[in-house]
Amino acid sequence: MKAAVLVFPGINRERDMARTLKLVCGREPAMVWHAETALPAGTDLVVIPGGFSYGDYLRCGAIAARSPVMDAVRAFAGKGGLLLGVCNGFQILCEMGLLPGVLMRNENLRFICREVYLRVERADTAFTGGYSAGQVIRVPVAHGEGNYIADGESIARLEGEGRVMFRYCSPDGMVDPNWNHNGAINAIAGIVNERGNVLGMMPHPENYVEAAIGPTDGRGLFAGLTTHLSKAA
Amino acid sequence: MARDSCDKPRIMKARVTVTLKTGILDPQGKAIEGALRSLGIEGVASVRQGKVFDIEIEGSDRAQAEALLKQAADKLLANTVIENYRVEVLG
Repeated sequence: MKAAVLVFPGINRERDMARTLKLVCGREPAMVWHAETALPAGTDLVVIPGGFSYGDYLRCGAIAARSPVMDAVRAFAGKGGLLLGVCNGFQILCEMGLLPGVLMRNENLRFICREVYLRVERADTAFTGGYSAGQVIRVPVAHGEGNYIADGESIARLEGEGRVMFRYCSPDGMVDPNWNHNGAINAIAGIVNERGNVLGMMPHPENYVEAAIGPTDGRGLFAGLTTHLSKAA
Repeated sequence: MARDSCDKPRIMKARVTVTLKTGILDPQGKAIEGALRSLGIEGVASVRQGKVFDIEIEGSDRAQAEALLKQAADKLLANTVIENYRVEVLG
């Protein structure tokens, strides 16, 4: 795997992401500054990490979505390259129009920093092959704007086409308003684009990969990606 | 008369107002609504919050300025998935 992690002013999870990519996927990623106009040759995974790009000014992710490197990222995704956006990365993908909808202020107006349970909706994708369908995983979230919403038609398409990858759920996998921390429609925590090569998710799987600091449920995502890319190669 | 003042480019004042579309939940507006009520400000039926951008435009062509502002709003100032915008050239 040859991963590239995008770096914007105000991003703060890029080193967690780089550490996880090295640990689980076995190779140090390239760190790509937002002002670049090209991705390193041979890149097969682009990751937009979490944080507060441009201080969340205007709207979360709005300014990062329009930075110079994004033309190359858009072209990369257009050719089928794998693109993962976590937290602010998910917001940026929505602002770029690569994923439908938008992440609104959490329903309870609070910044939510805690562990959540996610139900993995399907395992037959490039991103979720390290899990089994219906599996419940534990990962942390840390966001103020994670309340996913889109127009009715887009939601119907996402659901109809099986493009919801993760939902907030109870420890036994039930979707329940009490466990839908940010109020996202249909408890949506992560979605993919039509082609299935762009994933945006609010939770941080990169932070739960080492037994020394807690659960390791986040490993599956990166292990699945590694397996997928090694098969493709 | 000083030459400088004649050569100064004309500046038009403009305003772009961005508001949430009808039907989009506005938790911030709701919180403001609740705060107004707790301050004892009576008679507020509902609050929707938005953004105002005061922009200065070089030149004096109003139509051109409006076109430029619409482009700015579509490309950056508003997320048209959830927001509407209104452009005004104030002169």
